[in-house]
Amino acid sequence: MRTVRTLMTAVLAGAGLFAMTGTALADTDTPSPSASADAAGPTEAGTSFRTATAIKPDQPATAGASTGDYLYWVLPVDAGQRATVKAKVTLPESARHGAATWQLDVYDGLRRRQACMYGAQTKAAAKDAGSVELSCTLRTVRSWAEPWANDPLPGSYYIRLTVVDLPQEDLGLPVRAEVRASTADTGGAHAVDGALAAPLVPGASTATPQADASTPPGKTAAAHEPDGGWSSGRWSDRWLWTAAGGILAALAGIAGYQLTRGSGRPSRVPPGA
Amino acid sequence: MITRKRLAAGVCGLLAAMTVALLPTPAVAADEPDAKSSPKVELTLDVSGSMRARDIDGQSRMAAAKQAFNEVLDAVPDDVQLGIRTLGANYRGEDRKVGCKDTRQLYPVGPLDRTEAKTAVATLTPTGWTPIGPALLGAADDLKGGNATRRIVLITDGEDTCAPLDPCQVARDIAARGIHLTVDTLGLLPDAKTRSQLSCIAEATGGTYTSVQHTKELRDRVHQLVDRAADPVVTPVATEGAQQCAKAPTLKPGLYSDREKFAEHRWYRVEVPAGQELRASVSIAADRAVNNDYGVLLRASTVHGREIVRGSEAGDGRTDVISSGLRYPKTPLEDADGDGKPTAETVCLQVSNSFSAPASVKTDPGLPVELAIDLVDGPDDASDAASFGLGHGWWLLGALVLTGLLAGLVWGWISRWRVTVWRTN
Repeated sequence: MRTVRTLMTAVLAGAGLFAMTGTALADTDTPSPSASADAAGPTEAGTSFRTATAIKPDQPATAGASTGDYLYWVLPVDAGQRATVKAKVTLPESARHGAATWQLDVYDGLRRRQACMYGAQTKAAAKDAGSVELSCTLRTVRSWAEPWANDPLPGSYYIRLTVVDLPQEDLGLPVRAEVRASTADTGGAHAVDGALAAPLVPGASTATPQADASTPPGKTAAAHEPDGGWSSGRWSDRWLWTAAGGILAALAGIAGYQLTRGSGRPSRVPPGA
Repeated sequence: MITRKRLAAGVCGLLAAMTVALLPTPAVAADEPDAKSSPKVELTLDVSGSMRARDIDGQSRMAAAKQAFNEVLDAVPDDVQLGIRTLGANYRGEDRKVGCKDTRQLYPVGPLDRTEAKTAVATLTPTGWTPIGPALLGAADDLKGGNATRRIVLITDGEDTCAPLDPCQVARDIAARGIHLTVDTLGLLPDAKTRSQLSCIAEATGGTYTSVQHTKELRDRVHQLVDRAADPVVTPVATEGAQQCAKAPTLKPGLYSDREKFAEHRWYRVEVPAGQELRASVSIAADRAVNNDYGVLLRASTVHGREIVRGSEAGDGRTDVISSGLRYPKTPLEDADGDGKPTAETVCLQVSNSFSAPASVKTDPGLPVELAIDLVDGPDDASDAASFGLGHGWWLLGALVLTGLLAGLVWGWISRWRVTVWRTN
């Protein structure tokens, strides 16, 4: 009987371990951010939602621009990911006339402005500053939300970088901008029920009458998806947690049953009963 | 027709600007299907007398511009149709009326013959006035036809000397024709008046303003702008929203442009079949000087006026556009009446803005509106907060183990009790 019990503890421990590795497994299962790293990013930025330059997570994008330009990039973010956008603006070397305030805004595929959980989204650069760095961490993207909610949903995310306040004399001076976005998987803790039929990518309905002959394929500002395609929103490590919980419960049930039996058959049971 | 307008522009600028604005949307004509139209760019160069000043890297502004042009012409992408227009290149006299009509096309918009274009540029010598407004009108004319994007790159060293035709207003009127035209401006002299005028022109058309101090900057920027023109982009279709939903145009999925005045709202209709999701986004551009605080409201309502969902956004400070969006999944009908015809609901979309402007700012034409409509399959609605109602975390495991253990114990006791009962019997 002792052997049975030790075996049982071993099985229990094993199940626990399985649950742990399970979560780790789930984390690696969703598109990992580092896999899509691409050394040479785009060197131009768009100037509107329609012309936004597509970038990928962990791909540094640079652009030369004039102070006052509105620079746009677009990035795919999938359910369960938390995106962080970092931007660095190298300010003009020539003498400037005062402080300038730079701002990084993020919009979703419906052009709704998305809140930054943390990060310096707006920053004033002093008159003699060489550069200014901005950052914005979005909320975790959910696979579904009510139509009345402003929750981030899987799809395109637009990054807009611009100067929002500056002395008029400094308008038009050359600047260099560098943007880098990264995504982190948040795991099943943020997995919600429901799923969109299509990610929030503008022009998702292919039946667009205008986008037929005159529009070159694949270059609509955001015809862009993450490496490995969009996730279905069906998988999360909640499956593993729940399954592991079920196994553990079953084992605990067996253990509980065994406890009530004591060791071996009851001594008073006559043989052959 | 437009040629006639140009004539008028020379004689009485303001009136011309107003008539152009009132022109019944030639955008519709410009949107004639012309499948394989390539993007068009017109470089518009100021050849006024002041371009003689030698203040760009020790050479004259004209020389710097020529050098930049030569290098840019070498690198123009093949699918771009490029033309060159000059302003103030010919008339030396003092007569303002004549000087202010002095703009001509140096090289026609079309497939580029590099040698020919370079030769044409080499002949230029700084001469006359700075008629920016007429030059913009001329350039817009040169770029006529086709449905591709159009871009004017305006390089100048001074403000327009041909008042009262305000080049900024001209630019806005050209943009209001709905011909996807962008004006990018490059200023060779950073004085306050030039800067404000050029940035105003750029702002009015969604273009950019650059202040140039070195030849390299000039070349890089012109090159960048020409390259940008070559990037294919979806062009919106002009539409005109109505004051009420009942009279509103019905929109299919696609990208639309419209104009909306300050504090005006416009209605559009979309047919949303049952089981499909409507996605609409709207951007309203601040193409002129507006007051500091502004907002946009996009509202979807039923034909009876009940609001379904709205998207709104407010902002302050310098901006290019203010945008919002909404999604409305139309639930599939449970009790389909069996005739297999998908029922569609007419959704009224209302776009309103809360921009305002100082009294000195012209309100006509209205602010550019960009409306994107998408129809996709409806979502799988959530029936639980968590994905499929599944659990997560150590509390779940603990609870399950405890439950399992208790169940095992109870089961064990019950069976022991049964054995005992059986034995006593």
